[in-house]
Amino acid sequence: MLDDLTDAERKALAQCRHAVLGAEHPLRLDCGVDLGPYRVAYQTYGTLNAARTNAVLICHPLTCDQFVAERHPVTGKEGWWDSLVGPGKVLDPARYFIICVNVLGHCMGTTGPLARDPATGEPWNLRFPVVTIGDMVRAQAALLDHLGIPDLFCVIGGSMGGMQVLEWAATYPKRVFSAVPIACAAHHSAQNIAFHEVGRQAIMADPEWKGGDYRLHQTVPARGLAVARMTAHITYLSEQALQRKFGRALQNRNVLGFSFDADFQVESYLRHQGSTFVDRFDANSYLYITRAMDYFDLAGAHGGVLANAFKGTPTRFCLMSFTSDWLFPTRESREVVHALNAAAANVSFVEVESDKGHDAFLLDEPEMFRTLSGFLKGAAAVRGLGAVS
Amino acid sequence: MTATIRVDLQLIADMVEPGTRALDVGCGDGSLLAYLVNFKRVDARGMELSQAGVNACVANGLSVIQGDADAALRDYPDDAFDYVILSQTLQATREPREVLRQMLRVGKRAIVSFPNFAHWQVRLRMVFGGRMPETPSLPYKWYDTPNIHLCSIDDFRALCRDMGVRVERAIVLNSKSRRIQMPPLLANLIGEQAVFMLRRD
Repeated sequence: MLDDLTDAERKALAQCRHAVLGAEHPLRLDCGVDLGPYRVAYQTYGTLNAARTNAVLICHPLTCDQFVAERHPVTGKEGWWDSLVGPGKVLDPARYFIICVNVLGHCMGTTGPLARDPATGEPWNLRFPVVTIGDMVRAQAALLDHLGIPDLFCVIGGSMGGMQVLEWAATYPKRVFSAVPIACAAHHSAQNIAFHEVGRQAIMADPEWKGGDYRLHQTVPARGLAVARMTAHITYLSEQALQRKFGRALQNRNVLGFSFDADFQVESYLRHQGSTFVDRFDANSYLYITRAMDYFDLAGAHGGVLANAFKGTPTRFCLMSFTSDWLFPTRESREVVHALNAAAANVSFVEVESDKGHDAFLLDEPEMFRTLSGFLKGAAAVRGLGAVS
Repeated sequence: MTATIRVDLQLIADMVEPGTRALDVGCGDGSLLAYLVNFKRVDARGMELSQAGVNACVANGLSVIQGDADAALRDYPDDAFDYVILSQTLQATREPREVLRQMLRVGKRAIVSFPNFAHWQVRLRMVFGGRMPETPSLPYKWYDTPNIHLCSIDDFRALCRDMGVRVERAIVLNSKSRRIQMPPLLANLIGEQAVFMLRRD
């Protein structure tokens, strides 16, 4: 592929695997465009067993990527789901073949707005077709075909990852033995679309954005992307967590500064979140991925009846939500549970008590680990995956 | 994994044919569910009101959701299960008649166990003690009891007649949890709890 990779992409691709797909059979996107060839960057942990029955697909959320359980090639930070994936952990590579695919439209090696249009050789930028959660999942399925993996023991993910899990179960029910959608919903709510729109407007209002062609002009819409991240980050936390962490505490001072510097710790924290995000995320990608979440409406895609998405499903489901998550509140997980019951599906649902807000699914939540480990144990027994330690 | 469960749960488990589909409404810590799954190869699901109960069940590999009998049964389609089980919970529902109707819509059969409010100990305490009865199977004070729709064995039979529901089996236990076989009038006096298997007529 002709892409002039960014530094981040180069580092990412050097530390993970990738496949170029769709040269012969392009990916028909929901918007009607045929995409191909396209590159899919992915990471794996563990080994596929001889019967090919132990594959687990982790679907990453909006701003995470395929580096689930290892030092990140760009940020140098620990893997975003290190608490869950690793030797002796709930998802142990000694037992499962774990795959995480950088989603379509993202910026860690998989084709997105950073790539070049193979038809013209020009950078896609904002001319990249708008992709959906369904497109991301179809690209993942194409990769599994390429890898010769017939079906998945489990598909698991939180937030946007959870949306992909639901899409997987609805689109490929026979390829999904068990599904764990965490802290998510079957559609993006008006409030969530609203927050995303604020983020996108912040990026597009940055003069350095240049209509999406900033790489051509060698600029970076850093301020816009940072503000988008700051806004979004607030929605990942809870009022209690913010209060507990920061309260009204001042940053490096004892008295108010009577200025617009970051007087408060919470301001300083958000500014830090914003500025570090810019180093690892692409502004156009942010527009595309948030759009994909906004467009997600599983019931809408099934005649307005969510239960129709799961009719006759053989998949075993386990849903989890968190009490203080106001971005994807428990009510929205419960809607999915109702639909699954209406489809007489095998479903478990646990609401985990936590004051950490939406981000709880990324943090050390023993109750979530216990639930997940029990659910996987039960599913593995039915699948005949052998004894679990 | 233990093979011993409460006597009334064992009676219920014995009524369930192996390899069938069952929903246990108010499944508590999941002991009946686990028994059905492990010893009778039943595709068993649970519904439980307490979050602690749900979480414990799921952590043990059981398929359980949070919900209560009054509301959540409505979500299920007709004939989704071979059995819908309600043990020691009917008396705590808001609309027992509607719950029974829903159980027999969702399941081909319903299995219901409940404490007998016409047990002689209850009658004695009420008639001679002049106080709301507290017994081993009804251990609550009047002001904190979850049991808002208590009934006797004969009351329950009358409801089944009224609803046109066929009683396939009825087992009555005395206060030592032993099965008793007596004429209905006596069973309604000596029986401390009962287990019924019902079917749509």
